[in-house]
Amino acid sequence: MRDPTGSVWRMAQTLSRGPVTGTAKPAGKRKPFLLDLYSTAVGKKYVMAITGILMILFVVGHMIGNLKMYQGVDADGVYAIDHYGEFLRELLYPLLPKYGALWIMRVGLIVTILLHIHAAYGLTVINRKARPVKYQSPRDYQIASFASRSMRWTGVIVLAFILWHLADLTFGWVNPDFEYGEVYRNIDATLSRWPVAIFYIVANVLLGIHLFHGTWSLFQSMGWNNPRFNPWRRWLAAGVATVIVVGNVSFPIAVLAGIVEHPGVS
Amino acid sequence: MTVTLDAKIPAGPLADKWDNFKADEKLVNPANKRKFKILIVGTGLAGASAAATLAELGYQVEAFTFHDSPRRAHSIAAQGGINAAKNYKGDGDSIHRLFYDTIKGGDFRAREANVHRLAQVSVDIIDQMVAQGVPFAREYGGLLDNRSFGGAQVSRTFYARGQTGQQLLLGAYQQMARQVGLGNVKLWNRTELVDIVVVDGRCAGIVTRDLLTGEVRSHSGHAVVLCTGGYGNAFFLSTNAMACNTSAIWRAHRRGAYFANPCYTQIHPTCIPQSDEFQSKLTLMSESLRNDGRVWVPKNADDHRPPHQIPEDERDYYLERLYPSFGNLAPRDISSRAAKRAVDSGRGVGPLKNGVYLDFSDAIGRLGKAVVEERYGNLFEMYERITGENPYDVPMRIYPASHYTMGGLWVDYELMTTIPGLYAAGEANFSDHGANRLGASALMQGLSDGYFVLPYTISNYLAPWLNKPIPDTSHPEFAKVEAEARDRFRQYLSVGGTRSPDWFHRELGKIIWDYCGMERSREGLEKALGEIPALYAEFQKDLRVTGDAESVNQTLEKAGRVDDFFQLGMVMCQDALVREESCGGHFRVEHQTEEGEALRNDDEFAHVTAWEWSGDPTRPIEHREQLEYEVVKFQTRSYK
Amino acid sequence: MTTTLTNLTLKIWRQDGPGDAGRFETYQIPEISDEASFLEMLDVLNERLIGEGTEPVTFDHDCREGICGTCSLMIDGQAHGPQRGTATCQLHMRKFQSGDTIVIEPWRASAFPIIKDLMVDRSAFDRIVEAGGYISADTGGAPDANLIPIPKPVADAAMDAAACIGCGACVAACPNGAANLFTAAKVTHLNLLPQGQAERFKRVEAMVETMDEYFGSCTNHGECEAACPKEISIDVIALMNADYRKAKFKNRKALSRI
Repeated sequence: MRDPTGSVWRMAQTLSRGPVTGTAKPAGKRKPFLLDLYSTAVGKKYVMAITGILMILFVVGHMIGNLKMYQGVDADGVYAIDHYGEFLRELLYPLLPKYGALWIMRVGLIVTILLHIHAAYGLTVINRKARPVKYQSPRDYQIASFASRSMRWTGVIVLAFILWHLADLTFGWVNPDFEYGEVYRNIDATLSRWPVAIFYIVANVLLGIHLFHGTWSLFQSMGWNNPRFNPWRRWLAAGVATVIVVGNVSFPIAVLAGIVEHPGVS
Repeated sequence: MTVTLDAKIPAGPLADKWDNFKADEKLVNPANKRKFKILIVGTGLAGASAAATLAELGYQVEAFTFHDSPRRAHSIAAQGGINAAKNYKGDGDSIHRLFYDTIKGGDFRAREANVHRLAQVSVDIIDQMVAQGVPFAREYGGLLDNRSFGGAQVSRTFYARGQTGQQLLLGAYQQMARQVGLGNVKLWNRTELVDIVVVDGRCAGIVTRDLLTGEVRSHSGHAVVLCTGGYGNAFFLSTNAMACNTSAIWRAHRRGAYFANPCYTQIHPTCIPQSDEFQSKLTLMSESLRNDGRVWVPKNADDHRPPHQIPEDERDYYLERLYPSFGNLAPRDISSRAAKRAVDSGRGVGPLKNGVYLDFSDAIGRLGKAVVEERYGNLFEMYERITGENPYDVPMRIYPASHYTMGGLWVDYELMTTIPGLYAAGEANFSDHGANRLGASALMQGLSDGYFVLPYTISNYLAPWLNKPIPDTSHPEFAKVEAEARDRFRQYLSVGGTRSPDWFHRELGKIIWDYCGMERSREGLEKALGEIPALYAEFQKDLRVTGDAESVNQTLEKAGRVDDFFQLGMVMCQDALVREESCGGHFRVEHQTEEGEALRNDDEFAHVTAWEWSGDPTRPIEHREQLEYEVVKFQTRSYK
Repeated sequence: MTTTLTNLTLKIWRQDGPGDAGRFETYQIPEISDEASFLEMLDVLNERLIGEGTEPVTFDHDCREGICGTCSLMIDGQAHGPQRGTATCQLHMRKFQSGDTIVIEPWRASAFPIIKDLMVDRSAFDRIVEAGGYISADTGGAPDANLIPIPKPVADAAMDAAACIGCGACVAACPNGAANLFTAAKVTHLNLLPQGQAERFKRVEAMVETMDEYFGSCTNHGECEAACPKEISIDVIALMNADYRKAKFKNRKALSRI
């Protein structure tokens, strides 16, 4: 609904005079189930939470996989992490063709991330409409943390990072020394560049902040709430965020500090 | 004293009267109910419960509230609880005992048949409210908990922490909201009643003012119910909410409804004293504090030492001294008057010397701080929030304040006023509490009227009107009343004086409090009857209302309410003057025993005084309803 | 003991009507007792403004005991001002200091349009309750109150949620203008009780969807809990979210059976 001045979009408003009656609407025809569920803000939050869980699992798995950097070379003289890359490409082969499982996961992740973004966008629009005129004096927030209030920004920056990260280490577009399949070498090459390393560190810290609020928040959104485990939700969130940040930030630091060996140019 | 009012009390023994009424009354069949429109003004306990119930029955209901939402009505502020003769404790309670306690607590000035009916339906109220989801306090076994309250020897008070009124109001509000949602109740918010329309001796509707747009509008209906609360704000300083006013019942009074017992007002002994000249509202502290607190003032009027430096033998624990058997638990009216005397003798405490101490140091010493905290922690917190003093270290300061008004529009057994078709329910009527209300009985009465009395009695009036035309808003009388209302509000705006409505209200309140408050005397009342009209004349000459009548104007709203308080104040004082006895909340210094206790005069004053508007508030016309007691015997209350 | 605050500056939002542009206006309070409540301080200002022949500041208030929920005000960027668990009407001037500048704004949310100055319309809350915030029990047919025992912890938890006064501070404080705390408090109160079970899922679905028409979304900042004068926990929001989720599945099944 547009307000009388035509300048801002608003949610429904109540300021009309005269008697109020018959306000409870009979349950009308509903949209198909999933769309119906997704049409409310609470439904969108379920989507945020569920896609969030999937991405947390991915990020944790991704980080653990990358720890193979520290394993150096296997007995056959090939870097362990390169084997790991090979393993992912051949996952479930011959049940699925090569790259099959990988692409299923990739498509799943892409859908997940798109849903996460779409729901976040939808919620942002709702929230803008819910307060079209901002407070004209500074707010004094009591509880809302930097993490919770910066979700949109950390989210957007992390998204940008992911795209760059794909271009860097999946497709090699922004990594002049990129060599397909040589995971260790590529990581080492890209992280040896100072600006890239700093970008990785900053982006992962922001990711950690995003995860800190997101991990706690998803319990609320899904309604997983129980006095017995409620205090642990904050600890879990802090734990996930810390593990991810420490794990991921360790790579550029290790590379720059020479903790992991530089492979020879093949 | 021309008319003896007929309360239309049904025949039969006391305990059968309500059943007899229900057996004999005229009914409206379900399909015909929708042909009747009922206007309900006020959405507190009585109004919301009546609106919900009548709508459920099938009547067309329109409900009016001057608040933004019906949930804000002042019923919400009741703390203690609600009485009901459930006898869940098996401690000897019964309908008859609740009835008797209420009559006795009212100092034998209430109508027997009404009070008995109240006690009868009290049990249904609890059932209904639990079904609505009111989270009453429970015991570990899951059954409802009860506590005892003043004026009773049984535990019959149901409560929801210290927020019983809130929870009951929300229950009734939700029930009404359901009917709004379903389209059976039309709800007008921020809409204030400004007059009643009477056509051919029958209430034909009301005129309201929209508080946002200033629009004055007529509404016609088959019956009008006023559930607009009491007039305690006549004192200016009271525990009532800021917007509580007498306007609805006063406008009805001016159109012919008799006003009964306006001098019966209740003063609550434990409120936080006024801290400043400009304070506009007093806060009540639960009476339960007197269970463990000791009330005292310094013996010496010039003692300015902080309380803990005053030695024990220089303190006057006056309640324990005067009423050794009840001590600090003496009833509301008695301990209020004792506090007033202590302060009047110059021994008041606090910066303005306007309170008495309620000291918990003995209780803390005896029980330990933890026990005291468990019992009263939330009250102590509230006290500290308001006064900035910590009652664990410094004694609380308390003082009595106006709290409830037993008087109101005169109604018969069916809750109809002297204007046919106009009903009054809840605190707006006078019927059930006599000269003094017991704790936890106000909620009971509001819900009883709205849920279980009015829905039955109203059909008795409506049935003969089936399919008969009633005057609609095009009737010239509506236009006339509307024009008068517009003129009145225009008039307030055009005085162009220098003083705000609040200023006049404060001055008026001082007069009424001083002369028609806790203690009244012929001399004082006569003085008040000289001062109020003089101040009223000044009000009419020197009022200043800023703004306009076409948008939100809280000053203008206030002006209308203060105007009505002026007129009511005069009748309150008249009423107090003619009642040459002391009873309940009405204490005339000329009528007391040698020990200073209230002295009733049952031979001459066992009646209701109902005032008729004569056109001049200084000369109301007196009528009486004789109170016939078939079952109870007069007794003198004693709390020595 | 009473002290007097001096030299306060108030910056108050003044707005003539719903469609008008508002502005801050500055008023001086040369002195006020620290015993005064915040609203009494505004009363004093208003009395002065009437004396000067200007229109007083319009603000909502009624019981002044922190229970009716009529009062509002964003005071220095905090809903109901700086004291935790306290509605504006119970806020006292001793929480401020001489020389302070105090900024007072109305609640701001699309669903709470400004009527005048500091007064807003909160009827959207009523719409949510009308949609399902009740137990359908017509007068007269109720069984005995002690027929269904309710465990004390359940009754207590329901009471905690039922303490909501409907003031709108949760919406005002929420960076998103969401009414989830208000709605969830009512859902929790009724859905925890045995009496509320029959309509449990219908209730939460109707209430959440009505809430959606007026208010923003909850992103779990927790500001509502901090602003709530009754300190209602955001745990109730989790309960509502869980019940809405269950309702979506159960109601769908129930409908398909018809």
